[in-house]
Amino acid sequence: MTSRTDAIIIGAGHNGLVCATYLARAGLNVVCIEARDSAGGMSAPRTIADDYHFPGLAQASYPVSSAIRTDLKLDRFGYTPGRAVQTIALDSAGRNLSIGAESISGDSVPDADAAAYPVFRRQYLEFAKALRPLFDNKPPRLKDMPFADKATLLKLGWNIRMGLGKEAMYELLRIAAINIYDVLNDTFEDDRLKGAIAADAIMGSAMGPRTPGTVLTWLQRIEGELNGPLSLQSGGRTQLVHALTQSAEDAGVRIRLAARVEKILVDNGKAFGVRLTGGEMLKARTVVSNADPRLTLGSLVGPRLLDTMFANRVAQIRGPGVVAKLNLALAGKPEFNGLADDLSGERLLIAPSMKYVERAYNFSKYGEYSDQPVLDIAMPSMHNSGLAPDGHHVMSVNVAYVPYELAGGWDEQKTALAYKVISQLGTYSPNLKSLIVDHEFLTPQDIEDQFGAVQGHWHHGELSIHQSFMMRPLHGAAQYDTPVERLFLCGAGCHPGGGLTGLPGRNAARRILALGGVK
Amino acid sequence: MSSYDVIVIGAGHNGLTNAAFLAKAGLRVLVVEKNDYVGGATVSRELHDGWKYSNCSYVCSLFRPEIYNALDLGRHGLQVIPLVSSMTFKQDGDYFGSYSDPNIRRHELLRHSRRDADAAIRFDADVMRWCRLIRGFLLRTPPDPGSFKPRDIFEFAYLLKKFYELSESQIYEFVRFFTMSIAEYLENYFENETILAHYSGGSIIGTGLGVYSPGTAYVLLHHAMGDVDGNVGSWGFSRGGMGAVSGALASSFRSLSGEIRTDAEVAKIIVAGNKATGVQLASGEKLFAKTIVSNLDAKRTFTKVMDEKDLPPKLVERARNFKIRGSSGKLNIALDGMPTFSALPKDSPLTLGHMHFTDTLQRLEKAYDDWKDDCWSADPYVDLLIPSQYDPTLAPPGKHMMSVFVQYCPVEPEGGWSESKRDQFGQTVIDQIAEYSPDFKDLLLHAEVRTPRELESEVGLTEGNIFQGELTFDQLLFNRPFPGYAQYRGPVRGMYMCGSSTHPGGGVMGAPGANAAREILRDLRKPDTTPEEFSDD
Amino acid sequence: MIFEHTHFRQALQLSPFHERIAALSKTENWTSWNTYKVPRVLDKLSTEYFAIRSGTAVMDLTPMEKYRISGGDAQEYLDRLVARDISNLRPGRVTYIVWCNDDGKLIDDGTLFQLGDNDYRICAQHHQLDWLLMSAAGFDVQVELETDNVAALAVQGPTSYSVLSEAGIAGLEHLKPFGIHDLHCGDIPVTVSRTGFTGDLGYEVWMQPSDALAVWDAIFAVQGRYDVHAMGLDALEMVRIEAGFIMPGFDFNTAESTVRDGYDRSPYEVGLGWVVNLDKGHFTGRKALQLEKTQPGKRRLTKIVVDGNKPVGEAFIYNGKNGKQVGEIRCTTWSPILKANLALADIDLVNGKLPSDLWARFDYQRELKWRTAWAACRAQAKPFYNPEHRSATPPARF
Repeated sequence: MTSRTDAIIIGAGHNGLVCATYLARAGLNVVCIEARDSAGGMSAPRTIADDYHFPGLAQASYPVSSAIRTDLKLDRFGYTPGRAVQTIALDSAGRNLSIGAESISGDSVPDADAAAYPVFRRQYLEFAKALRPLFDNKPPRLKDMPFADKATLLKLGWNIRMGLGKEAMYELLRIAAINIYDVLNDTFEDDRLKGAIAADAIMGSAMGPRTPGTVLTWLQRIEGELNGPLSLQSGGRTQLVHALTQSAEDAGVRIRLAARVEKILVDNGKAFGVRLTGGEMLKARTVVSNADPRLTLGSLVGPRLLDTMFANRVAQIRGPGVVAKLNLALAGKPEFNGLADDLSGERLLIAPSMKYVERAYNFSKYGEYSDQPVLDIAMPSMHNSGLAPDGHHVMSVNVAYVPYELAGGWDEQKTALAYKVISQLGTYSPNLKSLIVDHEFLTPQDIEDQFGAVQGHWHHGELSIHQSFMMRPLHGAAQYDTPVERLFLCGAGCHPGGGLTGLPGRNAARRILALGGVK
Repeated sequence: MSSYDVIVIGAGHNGLTNAAFLAKAGLRVLVVEKNDYVGGATVSRELHDGWKYSNCSYVCSLFRPEIYNALDLGRHGLQVIPLVSSMTFKQDGDYFGSYSDPNIRRHELLRHSRRDADAAIRFDADVMRWCRLIRGFLLRTPPDPGSFKPRDIFEFAYLLKKFYELSESQIYEFVRFFTMSIAEYLENYFENETILAHYSGGSIIGTGLGVYSPGTAYVLLHHAMGDVDGNVGSWGFSRGGMGAVSGALASSFRSLSGEIRTDAEVAKIIVAGNKATGVQLASGEKLFAKTIVSNLDAKRTFTKVMDEKDLPPKLVERARNFKIRGSSGKLNIALDGMPTFSALPKDSPLTLGHMHFTDTLQRLEKAYDDWKDDCWSADPYVDLLIPSQYDPTLAPPGKHMMSVFVQYCPVEPEGGWSESKRDQFGQTVIDQIAEYSPDFKDLLLHAEVRTPRELESEVGLTEGNIFQGELTFDQLLFNRPFPGYAQYRGPVRGMYMCGSSTHPGGGVMGAPGANAAREILRDLRKPDTTPEEFSDD
Repeated sequence: MIFEHTHFRQALQLSPFHERIAALSKTENWTSWNTYKVPRVLDKLSTEYFAIRSGTAVMDLTPMEKYRISGGDAQEYLDRLVARDISNLRPGRVTYIVWCNDDGKLIDDGTLFQLGDNDYRICAQHHQLDWLLMSAAGFDVQVELETDNVAALAVQGPTSYSVLSEAGIAGLEHLKPFGIHDLHCGDIPVTVSRTGFTGDLGYEVWMQPSDALAVWDAIFAVQGRYDVHAMGLDALEMVRIEAGFIMPGFDFNTAESTVRDGYDRSPYEVGLGWVVNLDKGHFTGRKALQLEKTQPGKRRLTKIVVDGNKPVGEAFIYNGKNGKQVGEIRCTTWSPILKANLALADIDLVNGKLPSDLWARFDYQRELKWRTAWAACRAQAKPFYNPEHRSATPPARF
């Protein structure tokens, strides 16, 4: 065995790798332990029917945080953010709407909307920029603040009041906690546009467009745009996970695959290592978990070693997964109604109106699914022909809303739902059905089983306001340290949450180092 | 022709409260009211011979005792009787009752869930803590986050000080409470489905939100904050119906030499040189005063009675986008006798309080789904009261008056309201009640069915929203009604707002009227006649 | 407590002993204890008081909240729940416990009875099911409320051993303080523990509710030969203060029901540091208590004797006559046996130490006229009254 381990990172997802690499670069001896046989967690690539390769569960995303990209020299390890794409809001009759970063275009776009769109987006990017100090730092405590927290709040306050100016500040304070439905109705007329933006706001959350807090989820999403445009993962060596792995190894992180942590070892209130399934014990001065906090605290540590109310609050963390994944292996290129050939490599969205999205959400509240789901579609093989045999394609679809617990259970209904989704896709792409070679359908339950994300939730816990900032994943563990000494959290369940920004991992690493590597 | 110092538009309870405090400071105040009766939505009217309906608002929940006391409303005839119990009928023939006696209340909780009976202690303490915090903000003007004036900074400092009376973890818990859904919040305490539904229901009254919508938890405080004679958490019923509240306010106002003109609808606020100078009535008559106060909702004020050219464009846009969707209906019913309820023993005290029929969170949420689709709820949540049991003025002896508040009812069902649709809506509610009360339909003499449409056309509440604007985060505190206009002052000099569209919002509370009076008196350099909050420490 | 639609007709529950107690109540002076109808005084307070201190007093304990804890992890569960090290507890023994919330503030105190392997009973003053169940997550343990299923009597006083023996309960001679024996009263199975809240020799007798009246009758059958009296809560209040026992909800605010920050109390602050063991491993509140231990104490619930014979009632405590206000009295009684005003007072410490010159300022009335008085207070660590016969085994036979 090698010398003493300073830190064990549980889970080689992107946040785990980011955190591990920062720690290793600071001179710590770091081991990263991954239950699956490849690194990358939910962004690790997967294959069906032997020859059809998918870049990972995350299909379109914003680039990793620029700071991380620089600090960890990701470009040197081959990272490129993927191909920038626009979003096409599909319409069953072929009246599609193209939504770019700066403009919208398509059939019968209302002039007012075309004019309002760039203004609206610019304003929200301004808001996102103003909130940066909050995202880039540990969430400040609200009482007995140390200096660093005061500095964060001061920067934030300055940005909001002085940076944005009075009117924009008023607007931010007005919209911060409300629903995207009202904001979009106040701003736009076009149902396709409103449906598409609403779909972005809710994707991955158990919320509908009318759920208060969806402006915030949308803000958190487009915050990623400050790092670059929305881009499609198309696999291969350029992908984030690949570069992160390289960077980690370069920094001296040892990544151990196919090793599942079963227990975090705690003695006298201090974490001192982990036990793997099979019984092997690994010791370290510090343990950092990239796993869902509900898993980390709720079972890897377990309620017995936590205080009663804290354990109860862990059990109350809400994060029911509502997005399923449909991966299709296709024998040719599907055609979509009214969609120009060169646009099928863009991100395609079936969310024709906010009402459509809201109705789809209604079902999931009662453990049911809608026949008319919200679909977020990508065909990475349009950009990387190596993903599928010649002339063939892979299509990856996020399906919302699919409840984690289906009334009547999943066993019998899983295939039925997959066919319903395919049939809904068929409304927009008549030739799709005939091209299907094979398919893979992952319900939130499958995602939990395969990736350890509790209830299959993308963000390791709902990004609702009461689970954000200094309450993420829960107060008492919101600054990455936990009531168990020397145990830290670094995953998407922590502030600032999901997406592929890597910020939770970075903030956690900085916190661990600020505390001297231990608490 | 006489001239006035102040003209208040609208004789709703906030308009009258506001006018009374101004008159108390020695100002000559005129209240103009479009209807031939005062009260706005705080009224009682005889719409069926011998029966008096409080046909809009129906309970005094948050009416501030400070205002009651300062305007001497008791001597002007107001009596508020605490409503001390509430109950929910279950579909299986049982019921859950929240009794006023603590021993009986506990036994009833134990009957449904032993654990919940104990969790109720933790729940009560937590809610009381939030209540103590929020109650202190009701009779204060919200600070303006865009201002660097000493007064605003002082007010923020005051809020911070109040917050810091909480421990650090209590602060986070409060923020969570404030941003959570009622269902999720209650699930932190209770496990019994009926208990969860029972305590959730109140949080959706009047809102365009469901029990799972974030932001509904804090509405619990509306129940916990009402303080009728020290019964913290109780709502009250005013003897003689809600009209007695506005009647007492009007009487108090008149005793302070105030003047009220009914049948005087204001068509326009007259603005000259960026200053409000008077009002023009629908009849064409003009009345002038240095100060004009609008008790109308903010949307109506700025899109109907003020001229767009007199207003900053941003404000007009905000007023157009002001969220004021109606979501509630109401049935007022005359009964030939006291109805019986199959589940309740004959001598049960529970008929004296609130009665509900929705016993699961799912039923509550589905009622909301219907409304989102512009339908009235097929299985609505109702708040049913039979106040004639203890108020002899409402119905002839032996007869009864029933008030049924209904959530949800859309502003405009698909295709618009028609007579027959309104009847169908009423029938839905009547059928629900009849399921639990076998003799109800036989006793029914007359029912007045009110949808948001009637509320708008009679009272003037835009879209029939009972709170003069939804109580969502974008329309609370310093955002109410609009950012930058939360301190009761309008966009032109001499123009003020005093309705429920302003902080702290709806409910028959009187606080917006009193707060607006404080600001007006401050601008006019008159002594402050408005009361400070009673300390509960 | 099943489907009972008409319980609203009776605000207070009747205990299985109620018939007998009601027959003895001459004053009809009732109050509510945990929603049960219980007497404050049955006849004369002094008779009841002296029955405890000189003869035998019997009190209905049924309303006391009782929880049965069982299951494979019962001991681990309790270990994580309570602040005391209970690893030495054995079947047939009772121990005094406190439990805290995450902040190390007292939720309640109580007695823990080990009835068998993995079988325990917690007796508590307050309603604890919520907390006990919340604490059970992650443990193989069952927690059941059994308040209504177990009837109990406190039989307390110097002659209580003789009374119970005469009443037909054999085998008490070996029962040591904090011990439990399964015995019979005649042919009725009863469990007897040598526990109590009076600071005197005494027992608590546990039985099926259906046997309640028979056991009561057996005890009162010796009345001709022994001074046996039923007692109410008022007499208990006097003797428990003499014994220095504290009452959650009266002497300190329980954490779960505390609204205002800082109004709850830690075990150290109420003088119960001796039941906290910070070295025993994890328990709820440990971290907070560890931190508290490193800092000078802020306040302490203190036993004080107030000079003079005026009833003290509610009063503030000052450091020096006319000095700074440093605390307040939580409970007080005139002790007939010590001829002194006894009190428990919540007093702010100065640099971790009790101020030396304590005074009480209080109001009392004479013929409806209110007056104010100052009285010097003497703090003491030991119980005010702790007779030797309390712990003798076997106890003296009368």
